Amino acid sequence: MSIRTELRYKIMKDYGAPAVMALQNFKKRKPRPIPEAFGPPLESNKRLKEILSRHYFLSRYVPGVKKVAWVTSGAPVELLRAFDFYTIYPENHSALVGAKKQGADYCGIAEGSGFSQDLCSYARIDLGHMLSGKTPAGKLPKPDLLFCSNNICQTVLYWYKAIAHELNIPLIHFDAPFVTSEQTEADINYMAQQLQDMIPVLERVSGRVFYLNIFEDILKRSMETSKTWGTILDAMKAQPAPMTIFDAFGHLAPIVSLRGLPVAQDYYHILMDEVETRVTQGIGAISDERYRLIWDNIAIWYKVRFLATFFAERKMNFVTATYTNAWAETTGYLNVKDPWNSMAKTYGQIILNNNLKHRLDLMKKMIKTYSVDGMVMHSTRSCKPYSVGQFDLRKAITTDLDLPAVILDADIADERVWSEQQIHTRLEAFCETLEGSKHG
Amino acid sequence: MVDLYFVGVDVGSLSTDVSIIDHSGKVLSEIVIPTGVNGSEAAEEAFDSALKLADLSREGITAITATGYGRASVTFATGKTTEISCHGVGAHQLFPRTGTVIDIGGQDSKVIQIDSRGRMLDFTMNDKCAAGTGRFLEVMANRLELDLDELSSPANIEGESAPISSTCTVFAESEVISLLAKNTPREEIVHGLQRSIVNRIWSMVTSIGIEGEVTLTGGVAHNRGLVTLLEEKLGLTLNIPENPQTVGALGGAHIARRAYQRSLEPATN
Repeated sequence: MSIRTELRYKIMKDYGAPAVMALQNFKKRKPRPIPEAFGPPLESNKRLKEILSRHYFLSRYVPGVKKVAWVTSGAPVELLRAFDFYTIYPENHSALVGAKKQGADYCGIAEGSGFSQDLCSYARIDLGHMLSGKTPAGKLPKPDLLFCSNNICQTVLYWYKAIAHELNIPLIHFDAPFVTSEQTEADINYMAQQLQDMIPVLERVSGRVFYLNIFEDILKRSMETSKTWGTILDAMKAQPAPMTIFDAFGHLAPIVSLRGLPVAQDYYHILMDEVETRVTQGIGAISDERYRLIWDNIAIWYKVRFLATFFAERKMNFVTATYTNAWAETTGYLNVKDPWNSMAKTYGQIILNNNLKHRLDLMKKMIKTYSVDGMVMHSTRSCKPYSVGQFDLRKAITTDLDLPAVILDADIADERVWSEQQIHTRLEAFCETLEGSKHG
Repeated sequence: MVDLYFVGVDVGSLSTDVSIIDHSGKVLSEIVIPTGVNGSEAAEEAFDSALKLADLSREGITAITATGYGRASVTFATGKTTEISCHGVGAHQLFPRTGTVIDIGGQDSKVIQIDSRGRMLDFTMNDKCAAGTGRFLEVMANRLELDLDELSSPANIEGESAPISSTCTVFAESEVISLLAKNTPREEIVHGLQRSIVNRIWSMVTSIGIEGEVTLTGGVAHNRGLVTLLEEKLGLTLNIPENPQTVGALGGAHIARRAYQRSLEPATN
């Protein structure tokens, strides 16, 4: 590392980033008017935007100062943090591209290079970015290391292999056996051993030595952050709920991509204080909450605003989602005194690596504790592990709990899959059922 | 008592249908015209024709429900409801013991579960692809140089049927082209097409289940061969309305009637 690049990074971190953020706020366009159907927006939105902009802004000055790792959303990132990697989450970046309605462009680049349209759009967008260098975030640093886990899907392994091959860099894969009924002792040992075996590789790539006490501090911070995120989601049990799940989709970014860092830990305290104050004061995310809904599967990033408005205008609020819950669900297993086994339990049992019975029980519990009146399931072309089984889940939930439900066929980030008229009819018919079921 | 009349206008992707009923629910007139390129004009035209047929004027109409894909373009409507709810109510009016409605429309197909008053309990729809819809048959009729009536020849269940993909209209069309190139008899292809649609509907039916009597609505209910195959697959006899295309419009008219009756309720308290 040269003194010059390090100095430049330090200057950018301490002066450059704050200056850019200040400039952004200064030239702030006229704020978009808030439709009447919504309550007052969250104050924390501003801080969230700052954190994410700063993260992407600084990333371009990182090469030569810190080693860069590209990481999947379900990977045990705490271990990487102990080696001070600057982490980039391609899934988060792809969601950003999707939200900017640029997904089809990036997917097209990957498809032009021979990647199938049936592949996950997060993967296609990321490959499109890698092949073209395009990004709405200015510039992303090239990775020195790839770190993935098949606890969210098998695609990540082949996607990251394609990048490893193209860039000729090491790839670490954390293999998490699928939980068909209960996690076994052998599964836990197998995963715990893998984590420890990664240390020499990480030391070599990062040029840093592993210190257990540093790792334990990170683990503690990660635990605490996830717990706070869980408390924030719990606050949505209040009627009216202080935020919508569409807000939560945005506020999810730090827990996914900055987990284990002080910035994420501090941020969720700010958000928690705000939602708890709103609950005390009875401030709802939508002006008149009459119906409460659950969302299943990843967000439809390019239609978040459309869906939020559609439902808010009908006095319907999404108060919980299996997706946002995933970063609070299993972190209770983390234990600083038993780091390896506890990480195996945490990362091995996340919702997409767990069986359908588990998902059904979880969803039923969420429906009850959040006083949910109806369910919207996003069947996404991109994510097969999340979408396969939804028909059975829907059948079981509508039968056992007598809950109206609808399935939307769409995609997380490839807007070409969206058919506005069809979705509109489906959603309106769902609302008609919901209104009929609640009011006879 | 002043005469009350209620109208349902169903602007679908292929046809625009209007149904006019009186306060007792008696059907006074029904009209089906092609939607063409302008849903709004088609709605106006069909409405005027239906009024003429019933010998009524616009001023005499109490309430109008617009439904179908073009419902937003019906400017003269007093309310809007999805075609899914409308088909449920319409099927219930015609066959009161209906528990399940299978609607094979021009652009999509749906399976709807309804309660004893015709209100929708649950539904499922085909995904974005047109396979398993009326449009699918229209494309194929064109390719086979048959009209839609010819395409509805009663299927010989025991007879040969050409294998045709049920996943995509465009791919299915190229399959039909290659079958024709191989001199496959047209009746085998027709049979294969009917089977393809039935398979699509079957997967929707299994995902939602069947309750009570099953009523088939939408223009495809005219296709006798398809009805036979569907009945065989489901193992039951389907209720087939006399005018399957206007069931959505009829349901819309009844929804307008119910809404009007409900609006009177507080006044009587």
